Amino acid sequence: MARYTLNRIALGLISLLLLSMIVYAAAQVLPGNPGRLVLGREATPEAVEQFNDRLGFNRPLPVRYGDWLSDAVRGDFGANYTDGRAVTDDLVPALQRSALLVFYAFVLCVPLSILAGVIAAVRRGKPLDRTITVAGLSLAVIPDFVLGAILVALFGPAFLNWFPGIAGVLDGFPLLTKLDSLFLPALALALVLFGYIARITRAGTIEALAADYTRTATLKGLPRRRVLLTHVVRNGLLPTVAVVATQIGYLFGGVVAIEKLFGYPGVGLLTLTAAQLKNFPALLAAVLVIGILYFVATLLGDLLTAALNPRIRLGAER
Amino acid sequence: MSDNIPTMPVLVDGPPAAQTPLLHLDSPSRVRRETLKQIVRSKTFILGTIVTLFWVVCALVGQQVVPYDPIDESFGTFSYESPSWAHPFGLDRNGRDIFARIIVGSRSVIEVAPAATLLGVGLGSMLGLVMGYFGRWVDNVVGRLLDAVLAIPLIVLAILILTALSAGNEGISVSSWQLIVVIGIAFTPPVARTVRSAALAERDLDYVQAAKLRGERPPYIMFAEILPNVTGPIIVEGTVRLGYAVFTVATLAFLGYGPQPPSPDWGLQIAEQYSDISLAWWAVIFPALAIATLVVAINLIADAVQQILDE
Repeated sequence: MARYTLNRIALGLISLLLLSMIVYAAAQVLPGNPGRLVLGREATPEAVEQFNDRLGFNRPLPVRYGDWLSDAVRGDFGANYTDGRAVTDDLVPALQRSALLVFYAFVLCVPLSILAGVIAAVRRGKPLDRTITVAGLSLAVIPDFVLGAILVALFGPAFLNWFPGIAGVLDGFPLLTKLDSLFLPALALALVLFGYIARITRAGTIEALAADYTRTATLKGLPRRRVLLTHVVRNGLLPTVAVVATQIGYLFGGVVAIEKLFGYPGVGLLTLTAAQLKNFPALLAAVLVIGILYFVATLLGDLLTAALNPRIRLGAER
Repeated sequence: MSDNIPTMPVLVDGPPAAQTPLLHLDSPSRVRRETLKQIVRSKTFILGTIVTLFWVVCALVGQQVVPYDPIDESFGTFSYESPSWAHPFGLDRNGRDIFARIIVGSRSVIEVAPAATLLGVGLGSMLGLVMGYFGRWVDNVVGRLLDAVLAIPLIVLAILILTALSAGNEGISVSSWQLIVVIGIAFTPPVARTVRSAALAERDLDYVQAAKLRGERPPYIMFAEILPNVTGPIIVEGTVRLGYAVFTVATLAFLGYGPQPPSPDWGLQIAEQYSDISLAWWAVIFPALAIATLVVAINLIADAVQQILDE
């Protein structure tokens, strides 16, 4: 297990390093002259030169990348081009806000989609199974902001007026208010996730239903409910664990459109704003953090699967 | 992938196209026709195709058949008007006929999504074949690079590239061509992964070994021998990707990376009209439903194709 873990961490770190290079390079390809870009057309050539010197843009690319990386590793992503504030001053609260939204979505989604996946597996091939599978797949491809807009049109101020259509900055508010304002965006994300989780649960459960231990349990005369709960579902949920963990990481970056729709200032909206203002330090930091979260989540998912499944754990040690 | 089996008698000399199938009953073209028939018969496929074709027709001739000009503001500004006989989907904030805007707005998505998918599937298939065929360090190095790119969600990756592309300009201006290239590039890693694992499974089969012994060059083996045998997964991946292409184009347009006002693009319409949703739900719900029906329809096609090719 230790060796498997180390191996996965090493591979993850290599990919992260590559990611940081790609992202850094992408931000450097075309800006030409960052000083001119930031200060505008009217700035004097001296001012532009001074700006570039101060931020070190006149040094060779690998040197700049090395400096940026060594600062980034220590949690310093530099200052915004736009207002000179430290990038992390905005990034940290934005991450916290997105975390609330993402976990809310999971709380709404996971129990329901696991239930639906198990039901679909038990009713495999029947109309109910097809309905759950096709509905789940369809919801998974509808853009989250489209689902959000439809939900707001129905439950928002236009008709039923059960929930607000904007989420705004909710930092000082009590948790209940936050949960109320975030219900519709969280539900939209939950609907998108529903298909993935239900599909994986269904596949895992079908495999467990066909396994020898399930047949033995049934032949031994155990009641069907008991077979399902203790033999089938416990084994069938293994792949689901990994998918849920991976999706948590992915969602942090996948919330751009929904955060824009509801005006919720999380990491997605921060990425978008940074991109529109060409505020590269903040954009780089946001993309890198999203990548790190994804790797950590995927790693956790893999390790959890390995820990829960002796076959993978022991296979890796051999 | 039932069309794998008939191509097995590979020890016959010469390129596979010249082979006479040993079993006439199961000739590849017959199997292919059978598979095609099965796909065409499935209900989800028929429904998906009808809806998709409807939007394609709208994109092609919509401009000519709609009763009003989609960017005509002559019905007055701030004249939100709920759906009526004259304007079945109502009027938006600028007094434009929403029905006409929905019909004509299909064009910007349908212009970009299929081309981007083709580019992504083409590049991804090539990369996947190379990785699967050579394996070892090629597979490892390219694999790490793909992992790195796959760690960023599609939308964020597209925003990053589009921002870099427009870094020299004032504001954001994105052309259809740029969207096609960026989405095509963003689609390459996932396609490459799928094709790689399919090619990896083929690599050790007899027909590949035979081709190697004959002294064929790697490009020939990859594209003339392995490629025809991994078309199943590539087609499935392609149809799934087409759905995601529409998803991505619509989302990017909503975020401002796409057609600019007064374009009737669906995603842009939602972005423009959302702030007044409590006054005029119809200005938001119709473009939302348009996007939803198109992606779901393509997804139904993809699901039907997958069901049958996977058997």
